[in-house]
Amino acid sequence: MVELSLPANSTYSDGKTVAAPEGATNIKKFRVYRYDPDSGDNPRIDSFEVDLDKCGPMVLDGLIKIKNEMDSTLTFRRSCREGVCGSCAFNIDGTNTLACTKSISEIDGDIKVFPLPHMPVIKDLVPDLNGPYSQYRSIEPWLQAETPAPNRERLQSPQEREKLDGLWECILCFCCQTSCPSYWWNGDRYLGPAVLLQAYRWIADSRDEAMGKRLDNLNDPFRLYRCHTIMNCTNTCPKNLNPGQAIAEIKSAMLRRA
Amino acid sequence: MDMRSPLGRARGLGSSNDGFGHWWMQRLTGIALLPLSLWFVYSAVQLTGASHAEFVTWVGEHGNPVLLILLVITIYHHGQLGLQVVVEDYIHGEGPKIALLILIKFGAIFFGASSIFAILRLTFGGS
Repeated sequence: MVELSLPANSTYSDGKTVAAPEGATNIKKFRVYRYDPDSGDNPRIDSFEVDLDKCGPMVLDGLIKIKNEMDSTLTFRRSCREGVCGSCAFNIDGTNTLACTKSISEIDGDIKVFPLPHMPVIKDLVPDLNGPYSQYRSIEPWLQAETPAPNRERLQSPQEREKLDGLWECILCFCCQTSCPSYWWNGDRYLGPAVLLQAYRWIADSRDEAMGKRLDNLNDPFRLYRCHTIMNCTNTCPKNLNPGQAIAEIKSAMLRRA
Repeated sequence: MDMRSPLGRARGLGSSNDGFGHWWMQRLTGIALLPLSLWFVYSAVQLTGASHAEFVTWVGEHGNPVLLILLVITIYHHGQLGLQVVVEDYIHGEGPKIALLILIKFGAIFFGASSIFAILRLTFGGS
């Protein structure tokens, strides 16, 4: 039936506070979600007072400073620090976004950092993304063509190439995926906005010859049609892409072939 | 304990190859409900203060019974399609889910048939 009670380890309490070094004047408090499944304890929110005069401008700079100088056990993913790898996606100040492109100065009050919502947490800010990665694999995100490969590139007109703009830029950070209520309730069957945007990236590719098969694979009340145009995906995308539109394009293609 | 691989779980039972029909019918009935609802609200306002006899006459005259029957069919069809989505969204136990879906479909057909019967009875001289 409807789940009215929270699953285990859903409630959290306040944890420790690490004060800023003496003499610091420009202090910002980071409130960071901490969870260690090995301990068996519920999650806690630790507070770290960061001296912004000795910290880079982005939320990721703050997290790295915390890990380097205040608590080395803080666990999170990060890599490129310039918004192209998609590793440092967290729920920051109530919105899913990339810590490396979110400026500290944009946030009023304390900076609240939580893992991406509604995913199993491996530790602290690290979610288990095996589900979405496997769903991504299930849409076969590679060029499929029976026409033998030519001796040079498969040609595409500039107009055909333009159709991939707004799609190829997706870095699979899953900010949109984990912001979608439909994905929260039915993530085991609904493919979610990120995976559907990627599915459309191949449907829209003029060089691909498997459009019909791809649409067959998506024509399902859960895989595609769980999208209720809530549009959290488009609101939250740190790359300013529009997964909602990509999903509408897939629905439109379904209509054209009906 | 679920020991399947994540890809096995993601592929699951495969595509049902049937999702477009539900989605399209929801849009079609929604489009049809726009003029039908406007007509019905307009007519109801016109009938303010009418006696029972005048109302019975209105139901039976011109194209009114046809439009009323279309309105009833469209409302119940659209309603049950929408409620089906709500149940699929929020009810995750297979047993309760199927029971509720059956209840919704049977209920829509029962109340739709009753409404159509009432319209026909008023049109063809019942009381």
